[in-house]
Amino acid sequence: MKRVSRIDELLADVEAHLKDGVLQVKEASEKGRPIVGTYCTFAPWELITAAGAIPATLCARGEDPITAAEEHLPRNLCPLIKSSYGYALTDKCPYFHFCDMVIAESTCDGKKKMYELMSRMKPLHLMMLPQTAEGDGSRSAWRAELDRLKDGLERAFDVSIDDGAISERISLRNRERLALKSLWELSMMDPPAITGKEQYLISEYCEFHFHKEELVPWLENLVSQIREAYDLGERRVGKDAPRILITGCPLGGAQKVIHAIEDAGAVVVCYENCGGVKELGFLVDEDRPPMEALTDKYLNVGCSVMTPNTSRMDNLKNLIESYNVDGVVEVVLQACHTYAVETYEVRELVRSTGRPYMSVETDYSKSDIGQLATRIGAFLEML
Amino acid sequence: MLTIGVDIGSVGTKAVLFDGDIVDRHLEPTGWNPSEAGHRAMESLLKRNSLSPGRIDCVVSTGYGRKSFAEVDKAVTEITCHARGAHFMDPEVRTVLDIGGQDSKVIVLDDHGRVLDFMMNDKCAAGTGRFLQVMATLLEYSIEEFGAVDPDGEMQKISSMCTVFAESEVVSHLAKGVSKNAVALGLLESVAVRASSMLGRLGIKPVVGFTGGVSRCPSLVSLLEGQLNCDVRTYGDSHYAGALGSALIASEL
Repeated sequence: MKRVSRIDELLADVEAHLKDGVLQVKEASEKGRPIVGTYCTFAPWELITAAGAIPATLCARGEDPITAAEEHLPRNLCPLIKSSYGYALTDKCPYFHFCDMVIAESTCDGKKKMYELMSRMKPLHLMMLPQTAEGDGSRSAWRAELDRLKDGLERAFDVSIDDGAISERISLRNRERLALKSLWELSMMDPPAITGKEQYLISEYCEFHFHKEELVPWLENLVSQIREAYDLGERRVGKDAPRILITGCPLGGAQKVIHAIEDAGAVVVCYENCGGVKELGFLVDEDRPPMEALTDKYLNVGCSVMTPNTSRMDNLKNLIESYNVDGVVEVVLQACHTYAVETYEVRELVRSTGRPYMSVETDYSKSDIGQLATRIGAFLEML
Repeated sequence: MLTIGVDIGSVGTKAVLFDGDIVDRHLEPTGWNPSEAGHRAMESLLKRNSLSPGRIDCVVSTGYGRKSFAEVDKAVTEITCHARGAHFMDPEVRTVLDIGGQDSKVIVLDDHGRVLDFMMNDKCAAGTGRFLQVMATLLEYSIEEFGAVDPDGEMQKISSMCTVFAESEVVSHLAKGVSKNAVALGLLESVAVRASSMLGRLGIKPVVGFTGGVSRCPSLVSLLEGQLNCDVRTYGDSHYAGALGSALIASEL
């Protein structure tokens, strides 16, 4: 008889509760808690929660609503933008449905213009991102944007946000960041404790769990249980599986790439994408005035909208070394110009470390599954 | 040691019987059932050489149908197989351009035929065998005639690379009275330009070898040489490169 593994049990439990977030948001909304929809890592979670609202990541990863979105948007636009808009338009995203306000950022030209149309459906606050993280001008512009958001939240929900409340949220969020970081760091071990697919699943669960006070200790405990099982000898990944780092555009709608890599016998050990370990490198400094600390934290998210995007390159180099990766796969969503152009620099960077690099351009459809399997298969055969 | 490599492509299925050198080869249309095509190709090789299946030590499949074919010991991607096959045919080759029925690829090799880097076209058929086939039909050429139009003749530039758009562009040139030779040459030139830009992106390491079904168009080869400003080698058996590479890999398993 096959013994059920401890990690299997833990993961089954996560899987069973994957959809809990929708219920949590519905209940909170019915009790009168304001819900704020967000799309991007730049949305300052600490400010939104200090206003007493629940920030919920809005749907942006399905192919289904894209056709509807194309009635308003050009076809030649990134699938993430079309999907986001399509979910809102067709009212198929429960989080969009329940949200009282959307916080958006000018992360690219396509999104920025799409948000103009989306603002017809919900009250929408657009944060104007500077084009660079360097220089005092950019920093003070971003600082002012945080103030403007704070005012906007206070007015929208008729509350006043004081520094004490923000500091409290900063410390909770930092604790969550550390817990998530320790989840990703399970893959620093060789072989990794769990697969990349499994890590992604757990991180999804965390993203859509809205009671962070409960989530954080649960996650800390989960990670230590996985470590314990690993230390007792449980292995889920072969010791020869090539270790792959994925970088580039958000992966939510392009998880087929993770599957192609792991189905071909490799393991994803690190995600330098939004939602992955990328944002967790820098905690918000708890010793400084909270609004100042938040300004620096969010300005330094390594997004390709920034020029130059030094933060991403530094971080990437670091991750390649510390996760001891064998190869890097970059995922670019169709029509994402900023990430597509950056592939040149990323390629140079990865090659300079003596590791192979490959970029794949894809969308949310299934049409390139065969091609992806071949490309990724060939890439892994090179290692 | 006797091995078989089967390359199940989108258009043709190729199989090579190998004992350290090519013993026999077989080509047939893939049709709608890739696994059946792979099976038939193997059967034909065995029958023609009076071999029982038990005599074969190892079978490796490649091509888009590689995973649908159950009778193999291993499936290896066509990138790795083409690289090995091309290197076997010509040990001097360091850059392989392969244009097949529905995709094109560039592979850079090391001295042992191992892949250093590669690039594939995106999922559209622009600039591949399928593109040329559609255009040949439109111009009422056989594939052989189309591939052999005089490369020094008059040329009508074609700007669309998409098969569907290029078709309407061709139709409009013909309606204006442009000769079909000039249009055909323009189409081949557009394939050569696309291929050389792919080669340029990876960086060309001489010697350049051109494989795949489309390498059998002599005019395209000379246009490509003009674009790249270097010699491009082709090989009589080059459409067997993938099958040969997989037979070679099978002999090492």
